[in-house]
Amino acid sequence: MNIYPFQAQPQEPSLPAPLLQAQDLSIDYASGATRVRATHEVSFDVFEGDRFVLLGPSGCGKSTLLKAAAGFVQPSSGGLLLRGRRILKPGRDRIVVFQEFDQLPPWKTVRQNVMFPLLAGGVKRREAEERALYWTERVGLGRFADSYPHTLSGGMKARVAIARALAMQPDILLMDEPFAALDALTRRRMQEELQALWEDARFTMLFVTHSIEEALVVGNRILLLSPHPGRVRAEINSHQFGLASSGSAEFQAAAQRIHRLLFGEESGVPAPAGADPAVAALAVRS
Amino acid sequence: MNARVEPLVRPEYERPLLPPPPPPEAAARPATARQRLCRTLLQAGWLRKAVLLALLAALWEWAAHVAGNDLLLPGFLQTALAFVDGVVSGELPRYVGVSLGVLLQGYLAGVAGAFLLTSVAMSSRIGRDLLETLTAMFNPLPAIALLPLALLWFGLGKGSLVFVLVHSVLWPLSLNAYAGFRAVPQTLRMAGRNYGLGGLRIVTQILVPAALPAILSGLKIGWAFAWRTLIAAELVFGTTSGKGGLGWYIFQSRNELFTDKVFAGLATVIVIGLLFEHIVFDAVERLTVRRWGMQG
Repeated sequence: MNIYPFQAQPQEPSLPAPLLQAQDLSIDYASGATRVRATHEVSFDVFEGDRFVLLGPSGCGKSTLLKAAAGFVQPSSGGLLLRGRRILKPGRDRIVVFQEFDQLPPWKTVRQNVMFPLLAGGVKRREAEERALYWTERVGLGRFADSYPHTLSGGMKARVAIARALAMQPDILLMDEPFAALDALTRRRMQEELQALWEDARFTMLFVTHSIEEALVVGNRILLLSPHPGRVRAEINSHQFGLASSGSAEFQAAAQRIHRLLFGEESGVPAPAGADPAVAALAVRS
Repeated sequence: MNARVEPLVRPEYERPLLPPPPPPEAAARPATARQRLCRTLLQAGWLRKAVLLALLAALWEWAAHVAGNDLLLPGFLQTALAFVDGVVSGELPRYVGVSLGVLLQGYLAGVAGAFLLTSVAMSSRIGRDLLETLTAMFNPLPAIALLPLALLWFGLGKGSLVFVLVHSVLWPLSLNAYAGFRAVPQTLRMAGRNYGLGGLRIVTQILVPAALPAILSGLKIGWAFAWRTLIAAELVFGTTSGKGGLGWYIFQSRNELFTDKVFAGLATVIVIGLLFEHIVFDAVERLTVRRWGMQG
């Protein structure tokens, strides 16, 4: 059952060819008259079946990296390769799941939303319909196939967006903080469901988040980015963690390690596992 | 009074989750058929408005009675009679037909022009400048003010009318459609590009539907402007080749001192405006933007 490609060091020559490759990627933004560097010489490899997480505080350029992978942003230097071919423009082999709910055209029902990119790409209507039904079922929205997006909750909209992306069967799924706009309970549920979908379908995804917990739970490999400009800080394995282990001591240790890497030694280390923050606060006060 | 309040520590408890109670009975509050009828009637907006209209008509009839001069102010009943007469004799429908025919031509030409202008504005910067400049110049200019010029260029006839109608539709619609296009969420555009849509397909499949609320409101404003402009223009230069419109009917009736017919003509103008607003545009909105949750 071990399908994780990252048991060895990435430099090992025995590794397969990466699916997505970032090579010394620098991206600049025009901000008024000046140019602001968003990422500085970032390199990483994403392999087939990876749940590769880009993690960092705001300003580390993680979303910019994802937009570059999607082809919406052009790098100033370096490049991104998908299966060895340079990414120059948006393409149907890389489907983005955005954070914003308005990624779903409100004039299309759930089913039509899932069918939309398929039809746009010339898939026959019949086949598109079948695939759409299959994936809406899979994300648990079968009963809502003919509902319009404005009648759905935030979590359901996120599910539609994921179903729409998976129905396309892209080479890589690009997820730009897809659960950040959801409430904490729904977010946890969505992480669980995403995990289950991945167990079944084994797609490759690049997942952007600013939550350490989410990164550990969702990903099997985490790229840590430091802000202003975004530079690689570390690359960490997290395949051993899932939602079930999120309270464990190893999980807490990994979270603290990431925290240390991102924010330095001295700044506030999160409270140890199990400690009641209210009690801790009281102890400080008295 | 500054004693520190410590929160009380209370015992915890857990409860088994019981199945949800059945939904409240619809007939919990017994209502007689009469009560239900009253409630339905009170909730019907059209009925409240109809009562209001009836009151206004009564007021009008009373005022006419007090004034006692049919030439200056005919009553509601007299006007209604003239209206029915006009409809039955086929006189009014003929005038209305002429007006609507011209209106439709001018309106459609204006809509086509607006979409052309908006497309140009969306595709290039100079197009955007052009649209902004032109709408800033011409939107405040009443279309009817161009009628003398139109008469000079196109002569007495349909050409002049269509020209001023286009003018009355083009600018407000362009302005609205353009604002609607620009307000389309960036995410939606990116999603469209992600799926390989570009050029005309992204316009028809993403931009137009996403901007539909703004486009519809532009179409509505354009319709009202065009209708007003048309009646005014017909009042000014009347008939061509023996076929006049509704404005001409009003003007002619005044000349012949059929004041009740003047009122009937005005009522027709109002009725047609209301019909389009509440039946045509309302239906379109119900089928599109309201169904999609893009408008309350």
